[in-house]
Amino acid sequence: MKLIKQSGLIIFLAGLTFFIGILFTGSFNLTQTELDTYIQEQGYKSEVIKDELTKAVVTEDNLNIFQFSSRTINAFEASNNHYDALIAKYNKEKNWDKKGQQYQYKISGKPHTLSYTLAKKAGKGLAADNTGLAWFLTFGLGIIGALMFIIPDVVLLGKPGIKNDGIFLSAATNRGWIGWFAFIFLVTFYILLYFKADLIVNWVYLVDPISKSISGNPASQWFLYGFLYCVVMTVMAIRMYIKYRHNKYQVLRTTSVLFFQIVFAFLIPEILVRFNQPWYDFKNAFPLDYDFFFKWNLNELIASGGLGIFILVWGIVLTIVVVPVMVYFFGKRWYCSWVCGCGGLAETLGDPYRQNSSKTLLSWRVERIVIHSVLVFVLVMTAFALYTFFSEESQVLGIKTQTIQDIYGFLIGSIFAGVIGTGFYPIFGNRVWCRFGCPLAAYLGFVQRFKSRFRITTNGGQCISCGNCSTYCEQGIDVRSYAQKGENIVRSSCVGCGICSAVCPRGVLKLENGPEEGRINPTDVLLGNDVDLMNLVNKK
Amino acid sequence: MKHIVIIGNGISGVTAARHIRKNSDNKITIISAETKYFFSRTALMYVYMGHMKFEHTQPYENWFWKKNNIELKQGFVSDVNTDKKELTFKDSSTISYDQLIIATGSKPNKFGWPGQDLEGVMGMYHKQDLEKLEKYAPNNNVCKRAVIVGGGLIGIELAEMLRSRKIPVTFLVRETSFWNGVLPAQESEMINKHIKEHHIDLRLNTNLKEIKSDENGRVKSIIIAETGEEIACNVVGLTAGVTPNIDFLKESGIELGRGVKVNRFLETNIKDIFAIGDCAEQHEAIGQRRNIEAVWYTGRMMGETLAQTICGNKTAYKPGHWFNSAKFLDIEYQTYGWVFSERSKKENEAYFQWQHPTDNKCITISFDKNTNKFLGINTFGIRMRHEIFDKWLTENQPIEHVLEYLADANFDPEFFKLHEAEIIAKFNKENNTNITLKKKSWKRIFAR
Repeated sequence: MKLIKQSGLIIFLAGLTFFIGILFTGSFNLTQTELDTYIQEQGYKSEVIKDELTKAVVTEDNLNIFQFSSRTINAFEASNNHYDALIAKYNKEKNWDKKGQQYQYKISGKPHTLSYTLAKKAGKGLAADNTGLAWFLTFGLGIIGALMFIIPDVVLLGKPGIKNDGIFLSAATNRGWIGWFAFIFLVTFYILLYFKADLIVNWVYLVDPISKSISGNPASQWFLYGFLYCVVMTVMAIRMYIKYRHNKYQVLRTTSVLFFQIVFAFLIPEILVRFNQPWYDFKNAFPLDYDFFFKWNLNELIASGGLGIFILVWGIVLTIVVVPVMVYFFGKRWYCSWVCGCGGLAETLGDPYRQNSSKTLLSWRVERIVIHSVLVFVLVMTAFALYTFFSEESQVLGIKTQTIQDIYGFLIGSIFAGVIGTGFYPIFGNRVWCRFGCPLAAYLGFVQRFKSRFRITTNGGQCISCGNCSTYCEQGIDVRSYAQKGENIVRSSCVGCGICSAVCPRGVLKLENGPEEGRINPTDVLLGNDVDLMNLVNKK
Repeated sequence: MKHIVIIGNGISGVTAARHIRKNSDNKITIISAETKYFFSRTALMYVYMGHMKFEHTQPYENWFWKKNNIELKQGFVSDVNTDKKELTFKDSSTISYDQLIIATGSKPNKFGWPGQDLEGVMGMYHKQDLEKLEKYAPNNNVCKRAVIVGGGLIGIELAEMLRSRKIPVTFLVRETSFWNGVLPAQESEMINKHIKEHHIDLRLNTNLKEIKSDENGRVKSIIIAETGEEIACNVVGLTAGVTPNIDFLKESGIELGRGVKVNRFLETNIKDIFAIGDCAEQHEAIGQRRNIEAVWYTGRMMGETLAQTICGNKTAYKPGHWFNSAKFLDIEYQTYGWVFSERSKKENEAYFQWQHPTDNKCITISFDKNTNKFLGINTFGIRMRHEIFDKWLTENQPIEHVLEYLADANFDPEFFKLHEAEIIAKFNKENNTNITLKKKSWKRIFAR
């Protein structure tokens, strides 16, 4: 068994090495015809771009992706610079007509996105041409290795029960060198994915066939991300099943997040695309789905007829009715740890890191300021977007709606939710985004705190203050500080993962939905004492 | 403003300090020789097992004490002068008090075994024991085998700790079955089996004769009294119970028995001196409780009670219904009310027992066979609601009532398999009764 586990680790690391290594393989160039077709497809009006791109990428040289990327970006830059110079020139000459004409030749878009689109057409080599083999060496070995590493735990971990031995003695889970390596890997991955997609085009090739079979289209980097997300969640869900096989709540919850990720976040949207419908994840509620009310999205939904309108209505009803009503009955856990994709990743890939979330009062203060700021930000931005949509004005109070949307998308959508939110798992615990950033979590938190039947009941006086609950709370709630006072835990940030209850050695905590009355029960003297004393002291 | 000095920063002393602070602005000083900050002793095992770091065992952040104006002093009190109301520390410095609370807890029992003070012999009680264990048993290369002497709650925890690092463990238990002075046979036997499943070499009916030393004064082996067998080992854990930690009071004039003698108000024979927690010994037992209760909860409750007295609301220590809990490796145990083992139960006490055919789950309900009054319940592998049982005990409910409403009392996580129906079916069959299970009702559960 140990041997299988160790071989699994080696195979997994081989897969990981291939996965990283494959980025450096392949050659990228285009024939003149290919380039011409591409320019035509894109409808570039620039007269310079063709020459520039020809110089850059129509070549016999075997460019690697890095060379290809920088050459392409330079070509687009040269073209844009050319017209910028003309604009400046005509501006100086006060030749307004000519100046105005130049703008149509400029090519908009982020450099790496432009480069990505072209690179997707230009690649040759292992990933592009021998995709099956390449897929096996990367994804295949990774999955097989990981499973071989994980599954022997059925035997190696011994009898069902809490399996936290050595967590703080391991470099992987106690911010040791393995943790830091994972941190660097994840952060780099998200930076590439969000900002330098052209550099990972080889990865995108790997999932092209899968994408074609589902949506009919070649893969984008977002399809790659979605696929990888599902794979990682599935593999790590198996780890959860084994680790918590004695705990039915955990087993069901893991199954639920996995189902919603694969079916709702991955398959349904891709299938919708196949039928020329808008890509939509039916469970992704605004304001987590922050661009739902953006003008382009509303226009697209309205333009796509019946289903589009249905999505529009559903999206609004989901946020305004379904989400709060469900939180009233079940707490925000129904979303955050049973349905949500971000929560799903946190509860599977992130589970080994849950103990690294900070429990200090200071971090709670920071959390409340930051998460509510993000909520305000998203609401203001959405107000701008809706105003722009209805009034057709691109500015509100002199501020461009587009600018606010860009800032949000960059700072919150990409940096916070992706790079920090997931990249920092190994350092700050697995709910960095959900705890400090997610505006939907902030909204659900209000409902959970002020109008809900959900609470974690503390079992009378049974707490021994051992601190397992607090240590393993991914949201950084100091659960023990409530439990040792005999007080129920009613906190806006609790996502109801149920681990505090699982790790409690004395059966003190139970997640439950009961009557609102008496849900919050501050006590001074705990059960077990003389009844008169309890009544006297606890009378408020 | 009085100066309240508390010796000992365990759960009793700290609870007293917190409640005194809540109700007064008296000056409070907590003295400890063990650690500066309060930590949860019950969690020491998890530090060694890697479930937690030591800082996680501290229920309050370090700023808490200053913010609440509770002074922490590190030092070992060597003498109490009750006339001058003054304490002397080992380093000869002194501190004076207006009221003194002795909350020094326990220390592991040693029964005069030869070799009991050798290097590598330790209890598992203080933070220093944890450090010792980390030194002598960091892994199974340094510690090829450990022998644990004494089959109680700390013994089985120490065994679990060592097994988490794959260190072979021999577990010497004096009794014929694990903890059967406390547990009914059904449960004790289930735990025996579970201990063996965890690859612990459990030796029942076995006593320690002596611990042998190598040439460097370190543990080499132990000899078993009954058979003379020698077992090579590098660490010996002495976990044969605890005894009040009160040696420093011998000359003080404070009345001592095994512990510090106190009355119902937790007062000693000397005015303004109180004792709480493990080290306090009641003159007369309260109900069926022992005179000395070395339990987390009673320590906390004494702290809560004494704080009232000190803040002017003189209150007797009147613990409510007995409850306790523990975890034996993977099996959780809770108890409410009194369930005595076959060895110590009285003539009128009868059991109703149920055991799961395959899983490690069982219950014993103790009831009066003449009146059917419910006396107490032990549950293994099933969590129960404290408040509900407390209420039933107060109401003197019969066992039939307990069974009928058993679903209200279940405290297992959602979606867990419930066994109330099987339990009641067994009772009905054994007693020719016709109890039907009532559906769980939030209204009843949260009724006040």
